[in-house]
Amino acid sequence: MTPLLSVQGITKHYGAHIGCADVSFDLYPGEVMGIVGESGSGKSTLLNCMAGHLAPDAGRVVFDTRKPSEGDAADHENHGPRDTVTMSEPERRMLSRTDWAFVHQHARDGLRMGVSAGGNVGERLMAVGARNYASIRDQATDWLGRVEIDAGRIDDRPTTFSGGMQQRLQIARNLVTGPRLVFMDEPTGGLDVSVQARLLDLLRGLVRDMGLSAIIVTHDLAVVRLLADRIMVMKSGRVVESGLTDQVLDDPQHAYSQLLVSSVLQV
Amino acid sequence: MITLTDVSKTFTLHNQGSAVIAVIDKANLTVAPGECVALTGASGAGKSTLMRMIYGNYLTQSGSIRIGDVDLVQAQPRDVIALRRAKLGYVSQFLRVVPRVPTLDVVAEPLRVLGIPAPAAQDRARALLTQLNIPQRLWGLSPTTFSGGEQQRVNIARGFAHPYPALLLDEPTASLDPHNREIVLSLIADAKARGAAIIGIFHDAEARDRLCDREIDVGAFTPQAVA
Ligand SMILES: Nc1ncnc2c1ncn2[C@@H]1O[C@H](COP(=O)(O)OP(=O)(O)OP(=O)(O)O)[C@@H](O)[C@H]1O
Ligand SMILES: Nc1ncnc2c1ncn2[C@@H]1O[C@H](COP(=O)(O)OP(=O)(O)OP(=O)(O)O)[C@@H](O)[C@H]1O
Ligand SMILES: [Mg+2]
Ligand SMILES: [Mg+2]
Repeated sequence: MTPLLSVQGITKHYGAHIGCADVSFDLYPGEVMGIVGESGSGKSTLLNCMAGHLAPDAGRVVFDTRKPSEGDAADHENHGPRDTVTMSEPERRMLSRTDWAFVHQHARDGLRMGVSAGGNVGERLMAVGARNYASIRDQATDWLGRVEIDAGRIDDRPTTFSGGMQQRLQIARNLVTGPRLVFMDEPTGGLDVSVQARLLDLLRGLVRDMGLSAIIVTHDLAVVRLLADRIMVMKSGRVVESGLTDQVLDDPQHAYSQLLVSSVLQV
Repeated sequence: MITLTDVSKTFTLHNQGSAVIAVIDKANLTVAPGECVALTGASGAGKSTLMRMIYGNYLTQSGSIRIGDVDLVQAQPRDVIALRRAKLGYVSQFLRVVPRVPTLDVVAEPLRVLGIPAPAAQDRARALLTQLNIPQRLWGLSPTTFSGGEQQRVNIARGFAHPYPALLLDEPTASLDPHNREIVLSLIADAKARGAAIIGIFHDAEARDRLCDREIDVGAFTPQAVA
C-alpha cells in the first residue's frame, strides 16, 4: 500500500536553535498518529512543517495526491506521491483547501470571526468552486448538525459561541470539503473536561465514518490513547520513541517516555 | 492459531536506577482452534504480562508470537491494529472507554470498526447486554459510572461482540455474582465450540477446570538466577 503521507528527514532550525530534527515516518490511509512530548519539544514546529505553514531546512513531505476526476481541468499527469515542500505555492494552497485540513489550538486562528457560522463553513466550499447558494447553505446546515451546533445558530457569528462550540465550528469548516488528511494542534486544549470528551467522541466518529487520516499534536496522553493508533514521543526536537499507542503508553522503552508516562496520574 | 516461540521479556526502569526486571524467559506455547488454555502461576509470575505481550500491548524483546499468519513481534503498528480488529480479541481486567459514549455504542464499536452498519451492530450489542443482564435503562448511559460488576459485564459484551478466532481473557469472571458468572462461562464455552483459540487467566479454579483443556504454569518461564 502507498502511504498517504511519507515524512522524510524533516529538520527545522530557528537560528542556532533546533525546532525539530530529522523526523521521518509514514502515515497510511485511515491511520491516526499522535505526537506527544513536553512543551518546547518541537511538536508544533513539525506539524507546521508538514502542513506547509513553515519551510523546513531539510527533508521531504511526500503526499499521495488524488487523481483528478474525469473532466477535471486539473493536470492529469501530476498525481500520486508528490513532495509538497518543493511543490509550487498555488499547488500547495490548493491542497490545503481540498485534501488537507488544519485544526488550530485556538479556534479563532482557524475561523473568520466577522463572518457567520454558516459563512465560515460555506467559505471553504466556495474556495473549491462551489457556487450554488442553496446547496452551500444546505451543506453548511448539515455540517453544523454533525458537530452538534443548533441549525438556528447558522447566521450567528462565532464571537457569540462558547469555546467548545467555536472548536466544533472550526472542525466543521475544515471537514466540509472532505479532506483526506487532518492536522490538529491541541484540538482539545483549553476546553473543560466534559466538552473535551464530547469533541473526542465526535472526532472518533468522523475518523471512523469518513476514513480520515489525522496527525494530532497534544500533551494530553488520555487524548492520544483514545484517538491515536500510533504515537511518536518527542524530546528536544527529536523523536525518541514511536509505536502502537497503547504499547508506548503501557510499556514505554525510552527513559524520557517512561518519565512522561509516570508523571501523569492514570491514563 | 496462537504460537509462541522462545518469547522473552524484561522491563528496564530507566528512572529507578535502571533496574532490570526479567519476567519471562524463552516461553513456548501453542493453542489450537477450539482449544482453551489457562495461564497459571503465583501472583507476579507474569501471567498478565505474557497475555499483554500476546496482544502486542507489551513489547516483546525476542522470539516470535504468531497469531494466524502474523508475527506480532515483527509487525508494524497498522498490522497489529488490523489483527486486533479482525482476529484477536482481548477482555482486559478493567474497562477503558471514551467518556460520554453510551454503553450500547461501546459494545457495538468492535463491529462498527469492521464496517458493520450501525443497526446490525447495535442489534448484536442489545442481544449481548440482555444476555449479560445489564438493565435496558443503562444502555443509553456511559458505563463510566457503573458498578464494578456492571463494567466487567459491559467489557465482556464488547469482547464477545465479534467472533474473534483468537481470544485472550484476563480474569473474566472476577467480581461477578454466581448467576452472571455462569452466563460468562457459557459465552466462553460457545466461543470455544465455534473454534476460537482461547487463552485465559482464571483465579476461579472451578471455572478453569470446566473450560480449559490444559494449564500452563507461567512460573516455568521465570528466568533463573539473577532478577
Ligand atoms: N518562531 C520561532 N522562533 C524561534 N524559536 C522558536 C519559534 N517557534 C518555536 N521556537 C522554539 O522551537 C522549539 C520548539 O517549539 P514548538 O513550538 O515546536 O514546541 P511544542 O512542542 O509545540 O511546544 P508546546 O507544547 O508548548 O506547544 C522551542 O524551543 C521554541 O522556543
Ligand atoms: N509495565 C510494567 N513495568 C514494569 N514492570 C512490570 C510492568 N508490568 C508488569 N511488571 C512486572 O512484571 C511482573 C509480573 O507481573 P504480572 O502482572 O504479569 O503478574 P501476574 O502473574 O499477572 O500476577 P497477578 O496474579 O497478581 O495478577 C511483576 O514483577 C510486575 O511488577
Ligand atoms: Mg505547540
Ligand atoms: Mg495479573
